[in-house]
Amino acid sequence: MTPDIAAILAVDGLGAGAIYGLIAIGLVLIFTVTRVIFVPFGDIAAFAALSLAALEEKRLPGTAGLVLTLAVAATCVEVCSQRRRGWRRAILRALPPYLLAPALPVAFAAALAPLGPPAPVRVALAIALVLPIAPLLDRLVFRPIAEGGALLLLIVAVALHFALAGLGLAFFGPEGARTEPFLDLSLTFGDVTISGQTLLIVAAAILASAALYAFFRFALLGKALAAVAMNRTGARLMGIRPQRAGAIAYLAGSLLAGVSGVLIAPVDTIFYDSGFLLGLKAFVAAILGGLVSYPLAALGALLVGQLESFAAFQSSAFKDVIVFALLVPVLLWRSRLGDTPEEDVEE
Amino acid sequence: MNARAYTLAALAGLAAPFLVPSYYVTLLDYVGVYGLVAIGLAWLTGVAGVVSFGQAALAGIAAYATAWLTTSTGLGAWAGLAFALPVTLAVALVLGLVTLRLKGHLLSLSTLAWGLAIAYAFGNIDALGSFTGLAGVPPIRLGPLSLGDNSRLYYLILTLVAAAIGLLNNLFDSRTGRALRALRGGTQLVESVGVDPFGARLTAFLIAAGLAALSGWLYAHLARFVSPTPFDARMGVEYLMMAMVGGASPLGGLLGAAFVTGLKDAIQDLLPRFLPGGGAPFEIVVFSALFILFLQRARDGLAPWLASLLPRPATPPSSAPPLPRRALPAAGSPLLALDHVSKRFAGLVAVNELSFEVRSGEIVALIGPNGAGKSTTFGLLTGALPLSAGAVQFQGRKISGLPAFRIARLGVARTFQHVRLRPRMSVIDNVLIGAHARLKTGVLAGALRLDRAEAASARSSALAALARVGLAERSEDLAGELPLGAQRLVEVARALIADPLLIALDEPAAGLRRPEKLALAETLRGLRAEGLALLVVEHDMAFVMSLADRLVVMDFGAKIADGPPAAARAEPRVREAYLGGAP
Repeated sequence: MTPDIAAILAVDGLGAGAIYGLIAIGLVLIFTVTRVIFVPFGDIAAFAALSLAALEEKRLPGTAGLVLTLAVAATCVEVCSQRRRGWRRAILRALPPYLLAPALPVAFAAALAPLGPPAPVRVALAIALVLPIAPLLDRLVFRPIAEGGALLLLIVAVALHFALAGLGLAFFGPEGARTEPFLDLSLTFGDVTISGQTLLIVAAAILASAALYAFFRFALLGKALAAVAMNRTGARLMGIRPQRAGAIAYLAGSLLAGVSGVLIAPVDTIFYDSGFLLGLKAFVAAILGGLVSYPLAALGALLVGQLESFAAFQSSAFKDVIVFALLVPVLLWRSRLGDTPEEDVEE
Repeated sequence: MNARAYTLAALAGLAAPFLVPSYYVTLLDYVGVYGLVAIGLAWLTGVAGVVSFGQAALAGIAAYATAWLTTSTGLGAWAGLAFALPVTLAVALVLGLVTLRLKGHLLSLSTLAWGLAIAYAFGNIDALGSFTGLAGVPPIRLGPLSLGDNSRLYYLILTLVAAAIGLLNNLFDSRTGRALRALRGGTQLVESVGVDPFGARLTAFLIAAGLAALSGWLYAHLARFVSPTPFDARMGVEYLMMAMVGGASPLGGLLGAAFVTGLKDAIQDLLPRFLPGGGAPFEIVVFSALFILFLQRARDGLAPWLASLLPRPATPPSSAPPLPRRALPAAGSPLLALDHVSKRFAGLVAVNELSFEVRSGEIVALIGPNGAGKSTTFGLLTGALPLSAGAVQFQGRKISGLPAFRIARLGVARTFQHVRLRPRMSVIDNVLIGAHARLKTGVLAGALRLDRAEAASARSSALAALARVGLAERSEDLAGELPLGAQRLVEVARALIADPLLIALDEPAAGLRRPEKLALAETLRGLRAEGLALLVVEHDMAFVMSLADRLVVMDFGAKIADGPPAAARAEPRVREAYLGGAP
């Protein structure tokens, strides 16, 4: 391997690493607030990429059907769980957050898609479309078992990924998609060319991390979320509703997944099930930070990106094997540090 | 589960190929093949509490091993088994040694990781046919008889499944099974009775891996073809679903496999009728949604529900001789010695340069105000907590630094301030856990029921221990059904059956009524008369004063008095610690 090739690989790895970083930060955010290891995170990113591709072709993305399906289901569940308040009141209370709000971006997308809107509008629409997915899944799947053990939540999250992959196949079909690059610009240093897309990805990752940092450090809402993450009961006693905190974390997670999906869309061909690998690699990064540290997760993501890039050069068939095999020593290292989770309580 | 139910099940199993069309015989074959993995996983997850997403990958190793050997060398299926089983077990051993010290969801995540890595490796190794797989795997032959016909193979599968369930059922009730069942819910308890939690987990993991290997081997010779798909992460989740839907018992694994395989078949059958043309993607959606609903609503599974329908068998009183006891040292010989023991938690000094001795045949009470460091001291001398400085000797041997289960095996039994019982196990099973280090039955002997004599003796001893604390009548109740005071007494019985030299009792009288306290004091005096040493932490002063030969009084982690009760009580520093500064 010559230095030139190494430099090219490093730049490649940087782009991938920044994408994983965005997802990893979202995983950490959701885990700390809800203790859910949100395996389907990558699926949402893939759906965002596929939505962008569909909008480019002036079609209404399959996400619309997916979101409406989830919204209807979540509304039914919410109404049923609140029915002792009386059916009328329950329906009136459930409709705005669980049906109308998710339907809003769908309506916009349906109206604008055939017109072929400019790129920034398409990006905004694609992100807005996936935004409701994680909060709706939270309501449908995780809230009923919010008090369960971390293991139960993990099993459910893994099962949920397979449900989403099936829905993805139903709504998007088996074809992959890749969108036009946002920027034609590229920088050349000697033999190494850095594409505008890579720069955009890295910039977005830095921006998102900084925004999250500011949110938790300075905003009252961010502090409330951090409080829930540290001590659920204690936060509840201080008047913070863990359910609302969870919903906000999921919403922020959806946003991050949407952004990373839109960023990766021009770089890679994305299929309905590409999200699993995306999410799991981000997850390896998040574990490096013990699932609690944002900076370490971002750093881990850069590491995973580099590792993957260089492993692909050595043996492209085994790059995924290598990345996942890496998770085992990382887990061992984390558990050596002593921040092991509480022992499982017998049900 | 009674004999008649088993006979009926066996008859139905034998007759099945004659009663159902051949399509369903093949389906039953697959139920059995998946069932073997699920039985192992129900054992690993339901019994030992290790949730694994990687069982499909382990089955895959065996399937690929036998497929590769038989197709590339022309050797038969049995040679394939002789190759596949050790290979799978070796991989499992390495994986287990590396990952089984992880806790909780980190352990499960590691199974997801190596499961994925192995599944991706299958799809990328050219010698294993990459993503197209290996075709032309020969059928299993029994002498001249080829088992290529699915209804003939059925009987081999049935035999293996029945053997697996039978052996694991035996193991469930044996010393190993009890230790594993107790493992679920934390390691402190099992370590305190001399079980090596890592070793127990590894055993359970290897058993599950062995069953997965058997299943993979059968799969390769049933389907006559292997590819990465049946061993990928999705299948790993399906196996977990089978194990959890079935419930935490060997039979549960088979029930779960039957239920899930049948459900899948039904969904594949029914969905196209409702969704003409577009059914396929929704199969996995419906399937996953049902699993999630199951996890939300009914986590116990089928087997415990079925068992609750059958009457609980009454166990006859045991007439076997109790377990042989060890020789106790002469009364008054030194047993336990703490030498300048300290424990610091970050900045806080919980125990500070503490030294005292306990001799055999005496009752020493460790007292002091709340937060004085008494329970921490217990943790230090039983090995549950590591020391920061100093040393602990037991019978002249340094025990500080040893893992808790080794200290327990030397003859130190304990009870816990916060009761640690397994609420869903019977009282007598909870007591029998305590006899772990005294019993010798291994995994194989337990699975083959070669342990009957020892098990009967252990039962006698357990009943005797329960009688000693006045709970003989409640031996078959679930431990969680007892009031708190009685639960403490079960812990005392569990300590007694270990036949220890020293028992460390952490607030044994809390939650007891006065007559029960008097009875407990009488029991403890009896133990002293036998030559045991007792170290007691207790807040009830009347109880302590009437019982103890010597008091060790602690305050802020340090010893402030050590001597006979009356002398210690008269000590001004003790009065100050308890009552505040004297005017």
